[in-house]
Amino acid sequence: MLTFTIRRLILAIPTLLFISLVIFLLLELAPGDPMAQVPLTVPPEVKEKMRLALGLGEPGYIRFYKWLVQFFWVEPQILFDHMFGTTFAEGKLRIISWQHRGPVMDVVVERLPQTLWVVGLSYIVGIMIALPIGIYSAYKQYSMFDQAGTFITMIGYSIPPFFTGPLVIVLFSVNLGWFPFIYDTTHEVVDWDSFVYQLRQMIMPVMVLALQTTAQISRYMRASMLDNLNQDYVRTARAKGLSEKVVVLVHVLRNSMIPVVTVIALGLPAIFGGAIITEQVFSVNGIGAQLIGAIQANDLPTVQTLTFMFAFLIVFFNLIADVLYGVLDPRIRYD
Amino acid sequence: MTDTTNTEPTTPPHSQWYDVWHQFKAHKGAMLGGIVFLIIVFGVFLGPLLWPYDATYIDIRSRNQGPSLAHPFGTDQLGRDLLARMMAGGQTSIAVGLTAMLLALSLGSFVGIVAGFFKKLDGPLMRLTDLFLALPILPLLLVMMMLFREPLSSAVGPERGIFILIVVAIGITSWMPTARIVRGDVLALKEREFVLAARSIGTSNKNMITRHILPNVLSPIMVSATLGIANAIITESALSFLGLGFPPDFPTWGRLLNDAVQYLQDYPERVFWPGLGISLTVLSVNYLGDGLRDALDPRIRGR
Repeated sequence: MLTFTIRRLILAIPTLLFISLVIFLLLELAPGDPMAQVPLTVPPEVKEKMRLALGLGEPGYIRFYKWLVQFFWVEPQILFDHMFGTTFAEGKLRIISWQHRGPVMDVVVERLPQTLWVVGLSYIVGIMIALPIGIYSAYKQYSMFDQAGTFITMIGYSIPPFFTGPLVIVLFSVNLGWFPFIYDTTHEVVDWDSFVYQLRQMIMPVMVLALQTTAQISRYMRASMLDNLNQDYVRTARAKGLSEKVVVLVHVLRNSMIPVVTVIALGLPAIFGGAIITEQVFSVNGIGAQLIGAIQANDLPTVQTLTFMFAFLIVFFNLIADVLYGVLDPRIRYD
Repeated sequence: MTDTTNTEPTTPPHSQWYDVWHQFKAHKGAMLGGIVFLIIVFGVFLGPLLWPYDATYIDIRSRNQGPSLAHPFGTDQLGRDLLARMMAGGQTSIAVGLTAMLLALSLGSFVGIVAGFFKKLDGPLMRLTDLFLALPILPLLLVMMMLFREPLSSAVGPERGIFILIVVAIGITSWMPTARIVRGDVLALKEREFVLAARSIGTSNKNMITRHILPNVLSPIMVSATLGIANAIITESALSFLGLGFPPDFPTWGRLLNDAVQYLQDYPERVFWPGLGISLTVLSVNYLGDGLRDALDPRIRGR
């Protein structure tokens, strides 16, 4: 298992490099010029110097190498310095945004908590709802509950978050007035009232994102439970007189959770992608909104860094899912 | 003289596709999904011939109207008839969905068949598929839209340019699942006797693929086709919704939804129709795929 993990880790490096190269080459083709907004009265030689200052003068491969160094070497050092008060990264060049001339990572660190709160909470809520539904609809296969569950799952798959979002806004904010219309990112939790406000403004985005998670995971849970319910060991467990509760919730559930856990790990990056849309709907000021803003402002370093971070998440969680699968299920041996 | 030993079969023999249709008919959800999808497609493409208003006709005096007999869905902030815009938007959305699906499907089937059939290419092609699966699709699509929107618009016109861009972008980022499924099926097929028989009478690789392999992997391809349409429609709507799809005055369902969200506080009912269009289409196509999967699976068929 250890060899497998190490091999997967090593294999992840070329994958990440390839992805960063693809993103870089895509952006290299960008016709957008960061100097487009500079007034025409600025002489061309000054413009050329400004381009150089942005690091645009060098050939592509040098800039790619510099970006790699900045992302994988300088930025972790900054993080390390920040945590332990050391000065490893002093005076080193960081990835600078063209939009606001500050380090990209500072903005990311500022905005990441918003996204993590909304996305993370919705994922947990979604899983908490999905697992019981999946278990029960598998146990009562083809019952009314199961049919209804299938239908709701189909709806969860089919209705995109940019429709459920406005729908819940119309229903709960405009008509009923229960929850605030726009997510207030500057809101700070200091006492009970502000905590309640924070909770109220988070309910709608969490609800929208959780619907998708629930739809997917309850399906997997159901399929996996159905696979296990007909196995011989279940009959054995019943035959030796275990209560139905123990048979289903201990024996079957534990074995059924194996594939579901990996699906949960695999779904996490996709949820981040979906958060781009949900953040737009509810005006949450997270990294998804940052990406959209950077794309509209032609801010290539930010776009590159953020896109790569999304890719990194996908590769990382794929790896976790693979390793988890091997650890949880002794029948799976990769090496 | 009567012939009592009637050796004729009671029912005439029927083809495989008859069996498939028979099974498909039994799946109520799939039938309903298919009918709803056909109604949407016909309504969207034939409706404008019957409906008097044009999707781009601006009548500023009758702007922001609620539903009435003249405008069943109401009018928007420029007085354009929303039913006409829904139909025009549906044309674009469904056209994008179908074309992008066809592109992704042909790419995916090609990669899958080649990877499954030629052992030497299997490794590299599957690594490529894995790499593509690791790409962050939505951010990359957004980046592609940002980068190639202007050059393509100026080359072939704004609407057609964006259409090509969206179709290609969705196509080359969604072929991977099809490729994986098709490869798995081809690998299994290659071990079957009929392939060995065909090989032994000297069938060339080209004929082998077109006559023996391709017809047998048609069912997974058809199932991914339905999923592909749903996926492409959702992706296109998402891009338009984020303001990076078609130009503002050009209606698609995602674009209409985006417009409606801006007037959410004053006219919340406008959100409903484009969202319903997207959801109903995707839902019906998903059910269609569900039924197709059951109908094309010979292990389930006949039960």
